[in-house]
Amino acid sequence: MTGTQPTRLIVCADTKPLLPRHIKLRHDAGRGIWVLLAPERVFTPDPIAVEVLKLCDGQRTVSDIASQLANEFQAPEETIRADVIAMLQDLADKGVVKS
Amino acid sequence: MSEMSTSSHAVTVDAELVCARAPVGLLAELTHRCPLQCPYCSNPLQMERVNTELSSEEWQRVMREAGALGILQVHLSGGEPTVRPDLEDIVRAAVDAGLYTNLITAGVLLTKERLKGLADIGLDHVQLSIQDVDAENADRIAAYKGGSAKKHEVAGWVKEFGLALTLNAPLHRQNIHSLPRIIDYAVEIGAGRLEIAHIQYYAWALKNRAALMPTEEDFMATARIANEAKERLKGILVFDFVVPDYYAKYPKPCMGGWGRGVMNVTPSGRVLPCHAAESLPGLTFDNVKEKGLREIWLEGEAFNLYRGTEWMKEPCKSCARKEIDFGGCRCQALALTGDAKNTDPACSLSPHHADWAKVARQESHKPPPQFIYRRMGAK
Repeated sequence: MTGTQPTRLIVCADTKPLLPRHIKLRHDAGRGIWVLLAPERVFTPDPIAVEVLKLCDGQRTVSDIASQLANEFQAPEETIRADVIAMLQDLADKGVVKS
Repeated sequence: MSEMSTSSHAVTVDAELVCARAPVGLLAELTHRCPLQCPYCSNPLQMERVNTELSSEEWQRVMREAGALGILQVHLSGGEPTVRPDLEDIVRAAVDAGLYTNLITAGVLLTKERLKGLADIGLDHVQLSIQDVDAENADRIAAYKGGSAKKHEVAGWVKEFGLALTLNAPLHRQNIHSLPRIIDYAVEIGAGRLEIAHIQYYAWALKNRAALMPTEEDFMATARIANEAKERLKGILVFDFVVPDYYAKYPKPCMGGWGRGVMNVTPSGRVLPCHAAESLPGLTFDNVKEKGLREIWLEGEAFNLYRGTEWMKEPCKSCARKEIDFGGCRCQALALTGDAKNTDPACSLSPHHADWAKVARQESHKPPPQFIYRRMGAK
């Protein structure tokens, strides 16, 4: 036990999001969809969320992820960044994303 | 993004996953043996004996078949699954089959070395149960001296080995006032998830209902405490709050709907749509010793009997919620109304609901009787 009080992760542009060891992003061949496996939960991320989650490696910042996706999908970076932050905050609150 | 629960009391169900017609969760009851004697155990009153349990090879085959069928998560449960000396081999088979592995344990038999070994094999998640934060009361409820202290130690190991930890606290009138301390304790030990599970009154719990049923006022207080804590601990602790049926307005979608998302294999290999399904008379259950999981899921008589909505009577049949809660629990409908096709009396639309809620209120206001502990042969 660490003795330090855990705190809520507030996702911002500088956050380096990652999926902890016990969260698993997998392609489910039988159903033809991506699934995110968590304790007693299965999430079904949409295609954009899958692209974001694949980049959550604990190295890239949210800004890095947004600019990469903005390039790939030729979309405005500002909008993408806001969407990524909102999505990752939701997943952080569900215990799925850490930093 | 949508999400669904893969264990027994599903709260949300994902249509996209389910319409693929494969189950998402497997509840593997490896044994009915357990050193604890909790009077609300969900195992049947007639427990299966050790000499009827599936062999290690058979369980490993079940894991491979589960992976091939499209099951995503396996919940290794019991009884106490760690009484099986071959748990490691079963976990390895599950990991190799691509299953997300969840160990549902009381913890008291684990050693640090054994848990380390399981983590190394690839176990993902441990769900540790506690009976109370008050050690004396906890050990009394489980009829197991020293259990509480041992569980505390196990929680530390789970975190040390980097496994995900859920704390499961079954709640009833004899520990209900500890809820605020249980929530603090979950944070203190570093659990990522807390299941505040009001007792579901089947099997042993039904036998002990009068000793366990909280008053409605106490139940309402727990809902308020849990809601407040959920908001306060956002991003720190994920909450699952299971309501006691007797005080609910609508029933739970038992198992996420019969034959819809979850399969349950008993220690002897019988495959059930729900862990209480053996209480339903006239149903025959296939056994993994004779048939594959896939065939049982798709064609098994027991799975098809209450699958979907065709079997329903009124008020379910014309109800707007029929594909939300699927009429609740068949086993509870049978146990309390005499007909498994009736609406679960947990539903306020059931003609039996008022009588039933009255029973709960009366019992909860009388002094609790002695526990009938869960033991082989206990009556």
